[in-house]
Amino acid sequence: MNRRFFITLTGAAAVAWDSVLAGAPESSPNYKVTDHWWAMLIDVDKCIGCGNCVRACSVENDVPEGFFRTWVERYQVDDMHLDDPLVDSPNGAKNGFPPLPPGKGLTGPGVKEFFVPKLCNHCADSPCTQVCPVGATFTTPDGVVLVDETYCLGCRYCVEACPYGCRFIHPEKNVAQKCTLCYHRITKGLTTACCEACPTSSRMLADLKNPNDPIHEFMKKHSVQVLKPHMATGAKAFYANLDGSVR
Amino acid sequence: MNRFKDSEHLLRVTGVFLAGIVLFLCLRAWFVPKSFGQYGHYRADSITEIAALPIRHAGHEVCESCHADVLEVKHTGKHANVNCEACHGPLAKHAEDPSIKPVLPDTAVLCARCHEANSAKPKWFPQVVTAEHSQGLPCNTCHQPHKPGLKDTDAKPADSKTADSKTAEAKK
Repeated sequence: MNRRFFITLTGAAAVAWDSVLAGAPESSPNYKVTDHWWAMLIDVDKCIGCGNCVRACSVENDVPEGFFRTWVERYQVDDMHLDDPLVDSPNGAKNGFPPLPPGKGLTGPGVKEFFVPKLCNHCADSPCTQVCPVGATFTTPDGVVLVDETYCLGCRYCVEACPYGCRFIHPEKNVAQKCTLCYHRITKGLTTACCEACPTSSRMLADLKNPNDPIHEFMKKHSVQVLKPHMATGAKAFYANLDGSVR
Repeated sequence: MNRFKDSEHLLRVTGVFLAGIVLFLCLRAWFVPKSFGQYGHYRADSITEIAALPIRHAGHEVCESCHADVLEVKHTGKHANVNCEACHGPLAKHAEDPSIKPVLPDTAVLCARCHEANSAKPKWFPQVVTAEHSQGLPCNTCHQPHKPGLKDTDAKPADSKTADSKTAEAKK
């Protein structure tokens, strides 16, 4: 190694080290990621299956036709089918629910019907982020599971890993997409598009780190569950008045 | 004679290794984004990028800042807690530039989305079978959408009495 080569290398190393130290800009002047821990509260008894949330979400987030970041399911259960309910979601409930065709529904004793809105559970220990081989999906410090579209390879591991079926591959971009909990809105002090459009306040955005958030009072007074608790995903989509048959 | 006469070979190999390590560090610094690893094994800048996406729903507070008159009417009725964009659709563009006039929704379609009778809807929710209740007339013929209940008008469908929400519920 001669002196010239050594000096060249030292210069390059200095430039590289400088760029390592530079770091990233602050995300938003008035928003601190460490001050929030976002969740969603869903009251099943209030859902009327109008599909407003699905339409609002698809417009707000440019969701491609035929794919859904949130959707609504119609459950029909009777005493004979407690573990095997009839579930349908025509076009994700984007156009609401037509009545079940005659003869299609369950007719056993104790038959009941209800709607269940679904979306990403923004799990604290999310299976989808753990399987990403390139660090393209992650949980933000404020508890929202996001996808970095510039990093995603479209390998579909996360789509397979999500126990709630909340992810899809964008047909044109070929990257994984999912509910962002309207991150572009909640960081500006707005609520999510689905909550904004829900006419019965069946969905409520909740900030678990905010001691004044109504969710704390609600959870004291109501029985609240998460979907698939046995999977220990730390799901943060909390359901009130959820029927035992819902999967 | 000289025990270290071949040590130059070792020095050369060490030099090659060091050069390789420095090259690796330079390339790594070049290719790995600056914010990668700030919060975890991902690019922290992508959070900022996602947070900067455009908004389509303005939010009811923005609507209410101009349309306070509608808010007053709405607060006295059953639709007090229904946000503006639940019925009027996403209107952030109109909020930014009020000269962009939104299209008024067709109440015959709009109201039915929520109030069309369906056995899966919760029993407390007011529902009608629109075909029997209004015979295709737009709902705002009789009802004021911002404050539902009957308007003071004579233009009622012939048998609207037979198909109010209670009747529809009783049929289920």
